[in-house]
Amino acid sequence: MSSAVVSTSAALGRPFLFDAEAGPEVCPGESALARVRQSTLKKSAQIPLTPASRLEIRPAPEMVSSGISAIDTLTGGLPRGCLTEICGPASSGRTTLMLAALAAATHRGEFCAVVDASDALDPHSAAVAGVELNRLLWVRCGENLPQKKNSPQRHRVTEKQNQKEGMRSLGTDRSEHRLEQVLRATDLLLESGGFGLIVLDLADLPPQDARRVPLTTWFRFRRAIEHTPTILLAIEHQPIAGSCSSLLLQLGSQAELESVHKIPSHTQLLTGLDMRAELIRSRLDRKPARSVTFATKTAWVG
Amino acid sequence: MPFACIYVSNFPVAAAVRAEPELQARPVAILEGKPPLEKIIAVNEKAGGFGITPGMTKAQGELCAELALRLRSPLQENSAHAALLDCAQSFSPCVEDSAPETVFLDLAGMESLLGSLPEISRAISNRAAALGLRAHVAIASNPDAALLAARGFCGAGLCGAGTPARVGVTIIPASKEAEQLGNLPVEVLFADRLEGDQKKEADRLLETLDRWGIRNLRSLAALPEVSLSERLGQEGLRLQQLARGAASRALVPVEVPLVFEEAVELEHPITLLEPLAFLLNRLLEQICARLGSRALATQELRLTLELETYSSSSSSSSKSNFVRTLRLPLPLLDAKVFLKLLQLDLNAHPPGAPIVKIHLAAEPARPRSAQGGLFLPPSPEPEKLELTLARVAGMVGEHKVGALELLDTHHPQGFRMRRFVAEVARRVPQKQNPDVAQAASAITALRRFRPPLRATVTLENGQPMRVACNKKEVRGEVLWKAGPWRFSGDWWEHEAWSRDEWDIALQNGETIALYRLVHDLLGGHWFVEGTYD
Repeated sequence: MSSAVVSTSAALGRPFLFDAEAGPEVCPGESALARVRQSTLKKSAQIPLTPASRLEIRPAPEMVSSGISAIDTLTGGLPRGCLTEICGPASSGRTTLMLAALAAATHRGEFCAVVDASDALDPHSAAVAGVELNRLLWVRCGENLPQKKNSPQRHRVTEKQNQKEGMRSLGTDRSEHRLEQVLRATDLLLESGGFGLIVLDLADLPPQDARRVPLTTWFRFRRAIEHTPTILLAIEHQPIAGSCSSLLLQLGSQAELESVHKIPSHTQLLTGLDMRAELIRSRLDRKPARSVTFATKTAWVG
Repeated sequence: MPFACIYVSNFPVAAAVRAEPELQARPVAILEGKPPLEKIIAVNEKAGGFGITPGMTKAQGELCAELALRLRSPLQENSAHAALLDCAQSFSPCVEDSAPETVFLDLAGMESLLGSLPEISRAISNRAAALGLRAHVAIASNPDAALLAARGFCGAGLCGAGTPARVGVTIIPASKEAEQLGNLPVEVLFADRLEGDQKKEADRLLETLDRWGIRNLRSLAALPEVSLSERLGQEGLRLQQLARGAASRALVPVEVPLVFEEAVELEHPITLLEPLAFLLNRLLEQICARLGSRALATQELRLTLELETYSSSSSSSSKSNFVRTLRLPLPLLDAKVFLKLLQLDLNAHPPGAPIVKIHLAAEPARPRSAQGGLFLPPSPEPEKLELTLARVAGMVGEHKVGALELLDTHHPQGFRMRRFVAEVARRVPQKQNPDVAQAASAITALRRFRPPLRATVTLENGQPMRVACNKKEVRGEVLWKAGPWRFSGDWWEHEAWSRDEWDIALQNGETIALYRLVHDLLGGHWFVEGTYD
């Protein structure tokens, strides 16, 4: 009977205490074993254990402005020391939000870094968005690909392969190498420390490639920025960091374009985009998903 | 008016030991001369214990298996001498460069700054040790007395090889010079490396004094001046003044040049970067110690490797120089950081031939004075950042990492990459009016395709109706368009450009995406330059 009780307590993860006065039901032959067990359990009872109820509550991270007031209203800002994911398709406002966050961070006097997987940052857009360029470190990945060794054997194999297959494998190698560059550069920057905002721009990577990033890598990134003032912002097509991200925003455009071929094109002007941001997940504020809309304007509108 | 003399006994050996600290525990002899007539010119005390003395031939020295024989290296001696001057300069601005192994300092007024004379002398000795030199420091009221004390009490100055050198400090109080120096042998007066006629004259004087029974300075000082002058002339009187510690002269100060160079010549060429890093570490530590003693840092390191290149046609070897310059955005003084940066640089740009000589020079700079503000946001540490940037540059390419700088042009690619420095003028973050912040709307950003996507465009009435390009997302019927907006520039140069820009909307799966379509008017091609995102 006692063994059943002990196993239950072990399953509950609590030390089981025998009442020394009452004494357990033990057979005469087991008295020595029972005494050893009692003394062991008494010793374990002396170990100071903190009940879960008394554990310190992890302090809420400091929230800083994302640069777009509607997003700040939705999320309360971007959390420091956490990973924030911003995902959405092309023309959904991901880069606009990224540049707004960079502009806000550099205006706060922080140094920022962009690890650009597809070398897509437009310097003029960044300058117009208000990013202080001398505080921004830009890492342009995707170049400096390793040379393939031209061994005769490899050459023969390559000749036999289908040309399309060869192209596909080259593309896969390139994207793998690019992804490796991005992750290593991010690792180095996180290790270096001192940056207020680090952006991983994976927006142009195909989702199947972006999903190759192991979850352990995201865990590592999350641990690296924990208790630091750094914000890690990942721009993606689809969410890939799983539970490692503290904040997940889904962006989308509200463009409802009519077929306007009848209207002369020179009378049209792209003045801006209407965006919709939906808070998919927030580990900081457990509220149901909700969304906001915000408008962007092009640089030439003024 | 106290003067200090820093004296390094067995200077050629000390220079060799400074370059190779592992020799400290071994008997060392320095060779000079052309093969096969090399002779030992200096030995350390351990070698003296084995019976090795200056003047022996190389073959005789090689009979001692434990003996480390090294060729005399003027490069190493110059570096050691420069280190000695740096050591002296770090304590007094008035320094006399008397000999490679001897430096004088004027310590007048230094007591109020640096402490008592014993403290100063110990500090000088410790600083010299930090620079890799075991020096004896003597302080006296005149330079010559300090020199005699440094030579005499050091031990090695008396009889050269074999005598154990007592490295430390000697302080002779004023007016007690004759008393303190009295026990020193007269040979200490002739310890300079004299050559030719001067050496013969010194030998003649020594022989004369020996015949008179004058063995130490006290005996020489006690001789009657007139009689000594009659017999030995003015030189005799000068020697007596020295023996009494009463000779007085002014220092001839030199301006120590701010040249920080270290070099090492290799007996066997090295081909791998790992042993090279080992040697570079040693040189960097020496340079950093020297810079540190002068309260300086460096912003530029210049590494010159002398390579041994073989030409297959003539089957002979020739020497060539391989130079790498490491420019830093901020003055730094950390040998480990420098070593890592040099390693990363050499990994990216290997020398390509065996290395026979390493020369490292540092351009001195004032160390940066930075104090982090309590209310200022943190910034990356310059040392860490430099290493990180070097590592990232080694991975993605040298010109693919840095800060952006816009050029004064309307060209769409009008920017360049420059070095990222985390030391821009700090300013207190401005608090923005929240109402203004709310009112300001975000600027629509462009994501560029690098290189731009070549497109095939179907036109109708001169307007794009359908776009097709390699990227499968960027193709289809144009749903909306605005333009054309014409841009041109640099028509006065070879790189003239002229283009029409269109803003178009294409169906992208379930959503609509906006792109910038460009018609190159000079080349006639169409490109999709980027997407508004």
